[in-house]
Amino acid sequence: MGKYVLKKIASLALTLLAVSFVVFLLFSVIPGDPAVSKLGTQATPERVEALRKELGLNAPFIARYFKWVAGFVRGNLGQSYAYSMPVSKLIGGKLLINATLSVLAIIIVIGVSVPIGVYTAKHTGGFLDKVFTVINQIFMAFPPFLLGLILTFFFGIVLKLFSPGAYVGYERNFFGFLGYMICPAIALALPKTAMCIKLLRTNILEEAKKDYSKTSYSKGNNTTGLLYKYVLKNAIMPTITFVGMIFADMIASGIVIEQTFGIPGLGRSLLSAISVRDYPVVMAIVMLIAFGIVVVSAITDIIHAAVDPRVR
Amino acid sequence: MKRKKNIQLYIGLGILAVLGVFLVLGLIYHPYTSTQMDAGAKLTAPTLKHWFGGDKMGRDIFTRVQEGLKTSLFISFLATAIGTVGGTIIGALSGYYGKLLDDSIMRIIDVLFAIPSILLALVFVSLSGSSMMNVILALGIAVIPSFAKMIRTEFKEQSKLEYVQAAKLMGASDLRILFVHILPNIMPTLLNCVFISINNCILAEAGLSYLGIGVQPPTASLGGMIAEGQGYLRMAPFYVIFPGVIMVFLLVGLGLISDGNAQTFVVRRSAKKDTK
Repeated sequence: MGKYVLKKIASLALTLLAVSFVVFLLFSVIPGDPAVSKLGTQATPERVEALRKELGLNAPFIARYFKWVAGFVRGNLGQSYAYSMPVSKLIGGKLLINATLSVLAIIIVIGVSVPIGVYTAKHTGGFLDKVFTVINQIFMAFPPFLLGLILTFFFGIVLKLFSPGAYVGYERNFFGFLGYMICPAIALALPKTAMCIKLLRTNILEEAKKDYSKTSYSKGNNTTGLLYKYVLKNAIMPTITFVGMIFADMIASGIVIEQTFGIPGLGRSLLSAISVRDYPVVMAIVMLIAFGIVVVSAITDIIHAAVDPRVR
Repeated sequence: MKRKKNIQLYIGLGILAVLGVFLVLGLIYHPYTSTQMDAGAKLTAPTLKHWFGGDKMGRDIFTRVQEGLKTSLFISFLATAIGTVGGTIIGALSGYYGKLLDDSIMRIIDVLFAIPSILLALVFVSLSGSSMMNVILALGIAVIPSFAKMIRTEFKEQSKLEYVQAAKLMGASDLRILFVHILPNIMPTLLNCVFISINNCILAEAGLSYLGIGVQPPTASLGGMIAEGQGYLRMAPFYVIFPGVIMVFLLVGLGLISDGNAQTFVVRRSAKKDTK
């Protein structure tokens, strides 16, 4: 197990290095000069040149890349062009907002989909199973931001359970912040929950058809015992992988959901940084998101290996 | 074995047919253009004159939803076309030739998976200018990695089978084996990928336009209309409801068709096994 974890961490570091190279390359070839956009179109060529020098844009590509990566490793995310302050200061606090949102959403996905998935698989063809099949199909098709608006309408405007758009900062009132995050988290989680239920149900039914299940059944185990003792253990594997995969999706949809609920998170910083071509901020945010995704995928792989020794 | 009727497929097709009728209706009945403003219809609830109501500038929501649906479909079909061609070629080469080529392509795809494709599309579109062409290009490229990965597995499996070996012995060129012999055999998977990709492109396009990065006004897009209507949720909920309902309808329909397609394939495959 220890060896497997070490191997995973090594491959994680390599992937991140490759990601950083791709991201840096991408932002070097994108047209548009950040120096020009900072000074405006009226700037003289001399001033642009001076600023380019100051920002270190004239150095060769490889040199700039290594400087950037070296800074990253030491926790220095660079200097924002637009605000002339360290990027880490600019987006440090936002990270917690998005992390909370994603974690809450993942908790909802797992907490709701596992019981319902197991229940519908156990009672295949039953009334509730049919109802959930239809509900799943519909929820899968909802874009999270639309769900967000529906939740805002019902819980915010009709039932008045929270005031739409009145974001509560975590530094002011942590529980108020958590409370405000529940609706966005549900909006993010529902489509994925529907997919998760469907996946889990299909996998349980597939595993239940395999030989080992038949053997165990013929040895006198009842359905419930068989389900919880053997089938679920095997059937939950693809779901674990899936939850790791949807994490990436959640971060991306989280950027959109932020706009729906007026949350000043990474998404808002990203959009405003893009609009002024503040590349260091954009690159840092993209890298942080990639970092989160790679780490989560490594964690799911390790959990997978811990539960199922065969994949080690 | 009695073949079960594929209800999902039929419901899905039915939903898309309804949307088709909705679009055709626009060809027959079009008293307004999508940008024509009527001061009296500003944020009015649905009436006989304006079936879906009027938006914040007094434009007819019915007409604009039709245009938005067309925009969504146009973008996602073209983006999927780009993704299909790119993904199939990369996946075919990677799966068929294997070894170093396969390893390097898979490494690159793994790296690209670490960055959410919609995020890349968002950054690309907003930095290179929000035009329809850029949205199509960005989404099309964003689809390629996952497409290639799924197609690769199929090509890898198929290339081990006897009919491929036979074709090789008969002196067929690699290109012929790849696209004349193997490609028709993986059609069900390919079709499934296409459906998933159209689905994802519609969602991604809606997300981009919702953020104001995709298709630019005055061209209508479903995501853009929902974003506009968000501010009027209290006084004019229909502003969000109609584009939202049409979008969910479209996505449910596509989802059902893709599920139904996958199911017929499973039935056919197991039927084949039974006859062996």
